[in-house]
Amino acid sequence: MDARLAKTLTVILLTVLVAPLLTPAPLPAQSGPFKIGMLAPLTGPFAQTGKDMVNGAELYLDEIGRQIGGRKIELIVEDDEAQPATALNKSRKLVEQDKVHVLTGGQLASIGYALQPYIDAQKIPATYPVIASDDITQRKPAKWIVRTGWSTSQPMHPFADWVLKNTKYRKVAAIGMDYAFGYETVGGFQQVFEDGGGQIVQKIWTPLNTNDFAPFLAQIRRDADAVLALFVGRLALQFTKQYQEAGLKDKLPLLGGGTTTDESALPQMGDEAIGIITALHYSQALDNPANQKFAKAFETKAGKMASYYSEAAYTNARWIVEAAKLAGGKVEDRDAMLAALRKVRLTDSPRGPLSIDDYNSVIQNVYIRKVERKDRLQNTVIATYPAVTQFWKYKPDEYLKRPLYSRDYPPCKHCQ
Amino acid sequence: MIDRKVVAGAGAVVVAALVAPLLSSYPLTLLTQVAIMAVLAMSLDVLLGYTGLPSLGHAAYFGVAAYAVGILSTERQAGFGTCFVVGIGVAGLTAAVFGLVAIRATGTYFLMITLALGMVVWGLAFRWVSITKGDNGIAGVPRPNAGVPWDLAAPLPFFYFALAAAVVAWIALGILARSPFGLTLKGIRESESRMRALGYNVWLHKYLAFVIAGVFAGFAGVFWAYYNGFVSPVDVQLVTSVETLLMVALGGPGTLAGPALGAAVIVFLKNFVSVYTKRWLLILGAVYIGVILFAPRGVLGAFRGTQR
Repeated sequence: MDARLAKTLTVILLTVLVAPLLTPAPLPAQSGPFKIGMLAPLTGPFAQTGKDMVNGAELYLDEIGRQIGGRKIELIVEDDEAQPATALNKSRKLVEQDKVHVLTGGQLASIGYALQPYIDAQKIPATYPVIASDDITQRKPAKWIVRTGWSTSQPMHPFADWVLKNTKYRKVAAIGMDYAFGYETVGGFQQVFEDGGGQIVQKIWTPLNTNDFAPFLAQIRRDADAVLALFVGRLALQFTKQYQEAGLKDKLPLLGGGTTTDESALPQMGDEAIGIITALHYSQALDNPANQKFAKAFETKAGKMASYYSEAAYTNARWIVEAAKLAGGKVEDRDAMLAALRKVRLTDSPRGPLSIDDYNSVIQNVYIRKVERKDRLQNTVIATYPAVTQFWKYKPDEYLKRPLYSRDYPPCKHCQ
Repeated sequence: MIDRKVVAGAGAVVVAALVAPLLSSYPLTLLTQVAIMAVLAMSLDVLLGYTGLPSLGHAAYFGVAAYAVGILSTERQAGFGTCFVVGIGVAGLTAAVFGLVAIRATGTYFLMITLALGMVVWGLAFRWVSITKGDNGIAGVPRPNAGVPWDLAAPLPFFYFALAAAVVAWIALGILARSPFGLTLKGIRESESRMRALGYNVWLHKYLAFVIAGVFAGFAGVFWAYYNGFVSPVDVQLVTSVETLLMVALGGPGTLAGPALGAAVIVFLKNFVSVYTKRWLLILGAVYIGVILFAPRGVLGAFRGTQR
């Protein structure tokens, strides 16, 4: 390599390195725009649902003309790559460089836990619209995070109650992804199901990079009454398909955590999805005016079905704007903003009425949904549990004394 | 005569130290990250650049040390000294065990074995939930109280802390590279059979280089855990190993200062280009290809070439 080329290369590299350092940090202006910083995975395996989140947030802000009381609202979106270290870096950029007034977004539990100490140390008002890991608002509560989305076991408690009251299934085998989201989903179901006299007779955990479910399907106990499945994205598509191919669908009815048939995966599914019953705090097929308006507008904007991710970010954006109004527009006052975020009540969100409990997590309806084919596949709501808290009917302090749902808790007493 | 790249490296350190107080906190945290990643890249350089052993599992030692700090400081409230010693210790121990398996192989086989060993550590981090908290990771690692009169929770003191650590590592590795031991490693890189014929214990030299690289990766891992305040399986996964390998390749293997430069380029590219475009991975890819085509010995390697 000749010297000139080496020099050119160095100049380019130095420019890349030094130029961003020299851009001055923006001054904290009182009258500047109301800045909302949002993290979402825009590259990598979670990019699709990440884009759903961004589209949802943008949809709401566009509806209100991206302004509040004459003040401009600026949404700054950063790609967190679904990696905790990147999410932390990007949060630093949003909070310390861009000086956002509210931090929001994120998708994975690991990111939720990783950002928590930073958010509390910075005292930046934050909301989690999607991150659901139970302990963020339970045993390790974060002061500065308001969870506008859901906690993992929140829909599973009433789901178990529904199964006990409306079906004859008493012995259920569970199969789910081998990580915290899977444990908390299955654990929430097991807790209420076994308290009510049901039995979880088997728990199978599949690695996140599973390519073939056949060996796991072969293990499922054929003497169970039903199977509870928890999958997300590609794995949900593949599992339901292979479940039918293995001839299990007609023998063992399929129940599931909400993401198993979420609208982010449902359009790519075929008849194998029909009849699966799941529970979640949202369904694209919810029959209320707010949701009909939202689902239609989202489909026009994004060219795809609204998923729970899009609704979460849409309602979350509205939540933040309502909080800014409650705080009298003083979004720079972080204490006031946090108090306002906790005080917001929505009566007409697409997923129904919403409020915040004493532990910073949302109280909301849980919907029991069954996949049906109308003009396309949809999650038809067959039952509604109104105003469900993250603790179900347990007393919060007693609930919090129990360990977090995990691979080993609740113990599988009826497994062989 | 003092090497030009040493002067350049020392210059970069001095400039960084002088500029730091003028920077706002976000670029400062990125500079801190550069200092830590530079140590990781330099530690891999001992293997790749000096000994000619391309490892795809280097994140393992880095991550093991980070996990040690995470567990000790959150569960046992251990101080900096304990965490530092134990972190480096377990990293060195892991490397010592893995080295017994890996050093037998060379070339592609060495790549494959280190890759597999790295995956073992990742699997443990992910699945040994009672110790590592699995996928959720360990959060809430407090910034250390290292017996200095400044509060290391603030970005500027922590940057100087990390920079000082990086300089110590750089000097230590520099001395190692110029020592008879380092020269022997270079000899092994050029021709293993000739070194063996000359009576050197090739296996032992490679093994020691492997362990030393692991120890310094652990050194970086300790600071990484304190810097982020959390540890997760991402820190030990393949992507981290590959990225480290790219830092070394980009900067110039066998130069120490080069991999540090590579670390700086990659950290800044990742964090700044991604602000301006969603296609930042494309740009990162283009930079890699550009370097491989036009400067196969890395940016610093290209300069060395011109001096001859």
